[in-house]
Amino acid sequence: MAELFAKLDALPVTLKHLLMGLLPGATPEWLVSVVSAVLTITPILAVFPLMFALTTVIERKGLGRIQNRIGPNRVGIPLTDIRLWGFGQFIADGIKSLIKEDVVPRAADKVVHFLAPIALLIPVLLTYSVLPFGKNMVPLDLPQTGLLFFFAVGASTELSVFMAGWSSRNKYSLLGAMRAIAQMVSYEIPLILSSLTVVMMAGTLSLTSIVEHQAGTHFGFLHNWHLFTPWGFVGFCLFLTAAAAEANRTPFDLPEAESEIIAGYFTEYSGFKFAIFFLAEYLGLFAMCGLGITLFLGGWLPPVNIAPFTWVPSWCWFLGKLSALIVLFIWLRGTLPRLRTDQLMGFAWKFLLPMTLINLVVAALWHMSGGAVHIGIRWVVGFAMLAIPYWLLGRGFEASVGKRVYRFAN
Amino acid sequence: MTLPFAIIAGLTVGSAIAAMSLRNMVHCALSLVLTFAGLAGLYLQLNAEFVGFTQILVYVGAVSILIVFAILLTRSTEPKDEPATVTPWVGISVAVAAFLTMALAVLASPIGKRLAAPASEVSVKTLGQKLMTDYVLPLEVMALLLTAAMLGAVIIAMKDKEGSR
Repeated sequence: MAELFAKLDALPVTLKHLLMGLLPGATPEWLVSVVSAVLTITPILAVFPLMFALTTVIERKGLGRIQNRIGPNRVGIPLTDIRLWGFGQFIADGIKSLIKEDVVPRAADKVVHFLAPIALLIPVLLTYSVLPFGKNMVPLDLPQTGLLFFFAVGASTELSVFMAGWSSRNKYSLLGAMRAIAQMVSYEIPLILSSLTVVMMAGTLSLTSIVEHQAGTHFGFLHNWHLFTPWGFVGFCLFLTAAAAEANRTPFDLPEAESEIIAGYFTEYSGFKFAIFFLAEYLGLFAMCGLGITLFLGGWLPPVNIAPFTWVPSWCWFLGKLSALIVLFIWLRGTLPRLRTDQLMGFAWKFLLPMTLINLVVAALWHMSGGAVHIGIRWVVGFAMLAIPYWLLGRGFEASVGKRVYRFAN
Repeated sequence: MTLPFAIIAGLTVGSAIAAMSLRNMVHCALSLVLTFAGLAGLYLQLNAEFVGFTQILVYVGAVSILIVFAILLTRSTEPKDEPATVTPWVGISVAVAAFLTMALAVLASPIGKRLAAPASEVSVKTLGQKLMTDYVLPLEVMALLLTAAMLGAVIIAMKDKEGSR
C-alpha cells in the first residue's frame, strides 16, 4: 500500500524521466537540456495560471457570499443547460480579454508601455523556479542562494510597476505606481527580515534544505514545522502580512484602490495586457504563499507523521496548503477595510519592522538555548518576549492613529 | 569567448551605450537597469552566484528605483527639443585613448601568463563568516557611514517640510 502511494508521489518525476527516455540516443547534449527544461517548465505554466483562473471564480463567488449576494453562477458549458456552478466563467473572461481592443493612449510612451506587462510577468514566473513543489520536485535547485534568488527576482517587479505607471502618461497611473513602489519597498524589509529567522535556524539559503530541516518530529508525531515555535508562529504572521502588502492584496491594495485612483498603475491598459497584469499579480501572490509554505509550513511535508497523512503525495500537500492560504487571502479581502497611505507606511516602519527585529533576537535565543533549557521554559520566555512588545507596540501604534485632521479640506 | 558570454556582453555594452545616448532621462535610467542586469549575468557566468543575485537585488531592485525617483522628483522627463551642442568626438577620442592605454598596460603585464590559483569552493557561509570575523571592521565602518548618510538625508528632508508650512 505504502509503495503504491510512494509511486504516486514520484509520478511527476517518473513521467519526466519517461518522456526524456523517449528521446533518440543520438540527440545532442544541448537539445537534451532544452527538452528537460521545457518538460520542467510546462507543468508550472499549466498548473499555476489554471489555478489563477479558478481563483478568480472562487474569489468572486466567495466575496459574493460574504457580501450576501450569489456571485457568478451562470456560465457553464455553452449550448447546454449544464451550469457547473458558474465555473466556466474564467474561460469566458479569458476569451473576452483576448478579443477586446487593445487601446494605447496617444500620449503614452509606446515602447515602455508595451514592455511593462512583460517585464512584470517574467520575474514573477522566474520566482517559481526555486520553489520546491514536492519531494525531489524543484525546477532549479540553488543550494547556495535559493532564497536570495527569490527575493532578487521578486524585487525587480517594482521597476515594471514604475514602467507601467510612468509610460501611461496618466495621473492616476503615476500616482498608483508611486504608491505601489513606496509600499513594495517598505514592506520588502519586514518580508526579508521575517524570512531571515528561518535562514538562521536552518543555516542555509537553499529552499530544499529548509524543507528538509523541518522533517523531524515533536512528540513523535507532530512535524517539526517552523510554525510550531514561538518565533516561527510570529514570523509566519509577519511574513503573511508583508506578503499581502507585496502582492497588493486587501487591506494593502492602495496602489489600485478603485474608489480613489481607478485601477492604479494599470489604468491605461486594456484587453490582454490588462489580463497579464491581473495574472502577474495573482501569480505573485501564489509565489509568496509558496515561499511562506516552504519557510514556515513545512513545504511539502504533511502536518503529522501518521500513516494516512504520509500516503498523500507531497505535491498534493503543497498545492493543498497553497489553496488554503489563497482562501485565507480571499476571506481577508472580504473582511478587512483598506488602510490609508499614512497608516500603511506607519504600520510597516513602526510596527512590522520592530517586531521582525525582536523576532530575530528571539530566534537567536531559541537556537542558543536548544538542548540546555527545558522546552516549556523556552516556549514561555520566547512567547513573552514577543507578546509584550506586540502589546506595547500595538498600543503605541493605535494611540498615534488619532482622528484625522484634514489640513486642506476643512 | 562563448555564445552566452557574447550575448550578455553585447547586451551590457549595448544598453550602456543606450543609457548614455538616449534623450529621455527615464529611458536612460531603464537602459542603465538593463546594464546592471547584464553585469549580474556576467557574475553568474563566473560562478559568483551570491554576488550576481545580490547585484540584482541591490541594483535592479533598489538603486534603479532611487535613480528613477530622483529623475521624476527633480526634473521634467520631456526631452528638450534643442539639438545637442557639444560634439561627441572629443569625448570619444579621450575614451578610446584611455581604453587603449589601459588595455596595452594589461596586455603587457605578466598577470595574464600566470596560472590561475586553484579556486577553493566559496560558499555563502564562508562569505558570511569572513565578513563577521576578518572583515568586521570595514563592515562596521560602512554601516556607520550609511547610517550617517541616512540620518543626513532625513534631516534635510525634515527641514524642507518645516520651511514649507
